[in-house]
Amino acid sequence: MEMLLNMGPQHPSTHGVFRMVLWVDGEKIVDMEPHIGYLHRGSEKLCEGEQYHQVITLFDRMDYIANFNNELVYCMAVEKLMGLQVPERAEYVRVILCELNRIASHLLFVATMGLDAGAMTPSMFCFRGRERVQGLFEAVSGARMMHNYLRVGGLKEDLPDNFSEMVTDLIPLLREDIEESDKLLTFNEIFLARLKDVGAISVEDALDYGLTGPCLRACGLDYDLRKQEPYSVYDRFEFDVPVGLDGDSWDRHYVRVQEMYESLRIVEQAVAQMPGGSVTSSLGRRLIRPPAGEIYVRAENPRGEIGVYLVSDGTDRPYRVKVRPPSFCNLSAIRTMVQGAWVADAVVILGSLDIVLGEVDR
Amino acid sequence: MSAPLVPIAVGVTGILWDTLALVVLFAALSTVVLSLVWLERKVLGRLQRRLGPTRTGPMGLLQPLADSLKLIIKEDILPASAEKSMFWLAPVIVVVPAFMIWVTIPAAQNAVVKNLDLGLLYITAFSVVGILGLVMAGWGSANKYAALGGLRAAAQLISYEIPVIMVVIGVAMLAQSLDLREIVGRQQPVPFVVLQPLGLVIFFIAGLAEVGRTPFDIYFAESEIVGGPFVEYSGAHWSVFFLAEYINTFAIAALTVLLFLGGWSGPLLSGAWAIVWFLLKVYAVILVIFWIRGTFPRLRVDQLMAFAWKVMAPMSFFVVVITAVYQFYNWPAWSLTLMSCAGLLVVAFLIYRRLSGPAKRVAQVKARQMALNQRRRAAAALAASGDQAAANVE
Repeated sequence: MEMLLNMGPQHPSTHGVFRMVLWVDGEKIVDMEPHIGYLHRGSEKLCEGEQYHQVITLFDRMDYIANFNNELVYCMAVEKLMGLQVPERAEYVRVILCELNRIASHLLFVATMGLDAGAMTPSMFCFRGRERVQGLFEAVSGARMMHNYLRVGGLKEDLPDNFSEMVTDLIPLLREDIEESDKLLTFNEIFLARLKDVGAISVEDALDYGLTGPCLRACGLDYDLRKQEPYSVYDRFEFDVPVGLDGDSWDRHYVRVQEMYESLRIVEQAVAQMPGGSVTSSLGRRLIRPPAGEIYVRAENPRGEIGVYLVSDGTDRPYRVKVRPPSFCNLSAIRTMVQGAWVADAVVILGSLDIVLGEVDR
Repeated sequence: MSAPLVPIAVGVTGILWDTLALVVLFAALSTVVLSLVWLERKVLGRLQRRLGPTRTGPMGLLQPLADSLKLIIKEDILPASAEKSMFWLAPVIVVVPAFMIWVTIPAAQNAVVKNLDLGLLYITAFSVVGILGLVMAGWGSANKYAALGGLRAAAQLISYEIPVIMVVIGVAMLAQSLDLREIVGRQQPVPFVVLQPLGLVIFFIAGLAEVGRTPFDIYFAESEIVGGPFVEYSGAHWSVFFLAEYINTFAIAALTVLLFLGGWSGPLLSGAWAIVWFLLKVYAVILVIFWIRGTFPRLRVDQLMAFAWKVMAPMSFFVVVITAVYQFYNWPAWSLTLMSCAGLLVVAFLIYRRLSGPAKRVAQVKARQMALNQRRRAAAALAASGDQAAANVE
């Protein structure tokens, strides 16, 4: 029974408004065609009409699961263009918030991975952990998502007084949440059967498709920008980069789970080492006009390597902002992964790539 | 003159009594379904550290009533391209056998609408009819997801019918009867679970697959085919499917109790009160079903079929064979227990072998990671000492 099966954009497991047109033979997938663009808002073009500080809000809305990481990479780009020195305290706060955001993002991944495979309890445990992180973010920035907290040259304002205690209180709770969902899901017999050897991709193919982040590390390549090309103050912390072996869906899941533990280690060290002082640069809150020129900055987001190409013409608005979104590049490999798989696998493979449509479509 | 009238009068009162019994059965089952809905939501909530329903009535007890009311007043939609007769007939074909099964399931010695000598045969026969309704719903909806779901349902339910029937044969051989009251009577000193633990495990797992509970909820898998055969249904017709699903779940739990756990027999309570034991046992089995639902992901369709034909079917034949051997040679009862436990061990070994495969891979991943980290640290140390050396030279 060969037929075209249209999956999405309104389907519970397409993680937003992604659309797959599957050519299926019974339950087997012969071919698939991905369709994107249902969430296209023209973010890159919009950036050109905003002042440099206003662009931060637009970056919040690209990868809306990892807001701080997105804000950070944009701010780094502008700072590098201006040759601006960021106060040390601000760097530490950025790292703490980014790593917590990475944990929140990966928790959401584990939750949806479980749901895609049909297990609903881990999602509840994960969401509880994510809720705790968001509570902290709200205390810091006033918003649970779309924080708009980072600024070019530092932060919007200093942290709440009891921030260190809040974070140190949060870490054991968060570790408990991660362990709980991890124990319930990762080595579950059925979960292993569903994910192992599903959607496997070789290192060579992964590099050809431009996969980055956990999807690439799952193939066994030890490539993490925080280690390879340390930005911010990442070179001061001790952490390991988890890698997989086979590059299949289960390895992608496992790498992310392990990354959460590593992120916790980074947060612990960062809180212990956090210096005092100002969190804003010498620039203060003045309107910024970077010198004319162009810059490309990249950073390790929860989903992979995000790159920002920024062109300035010396005015108060960027001339051009181009983003290399990790989700978009990771998604490009889905066609080869899905061919020959089962219909149920398509859902799992898409889930294991962990895309955010806000970033794919921009 | 009155002679010919007597049988007619008896017949009429008989029909009246039967009708009354059916009405009582219907009411009882509806109450049971409402209780199951509430229980499932509450238990799942607690498993997931939520509260479950709390707002409607004390402890959310009226939530299922509110839900059913909502379903009834919802609009019933007929898709434009649907096959009208099939579409409307399918829910009926699913729900009627679900009720029919219950006609002959006893809740206590006399708490049964119509006890049949061939009760088990009747039940296994009727439980297959529902498949037809699911396939019809899948086909009649004119929806590709529904069609996939219908096909999955047909494949799954027919495959798992075989282990169920084989195990039922094993039980019938032990009890020397197909009459459910007789079967329960035969379990008076020791329930059959002691003699035949393997049979219980197979029956329970295959029963889960028969009613499509997690991890076998493949034919309506929400994250894949969005509800399968039910995808186009709404309102009252959808609620009929829902009703049938819960009645079937309750029936599987009840049959597990009747065939293996000694039915309504238990200490202290006897006569009509024995029904309390029956309900306690059935709800305990139901809780296990909900517990499984809260724990496991869903199997894939090929894995499901492989499990049915490679594990469940051979093991269920094994059940029949060991029961036959035990009866033919008149061996002592513990020998059957022993053989059954040996079968359980085989299943456990199979599962262990599947588990240890990935565990080995995990060990590999971990070893590789350790090696990587060591290499990186060595490189960092080397770089640091290199810097030192360079500084010394300067």
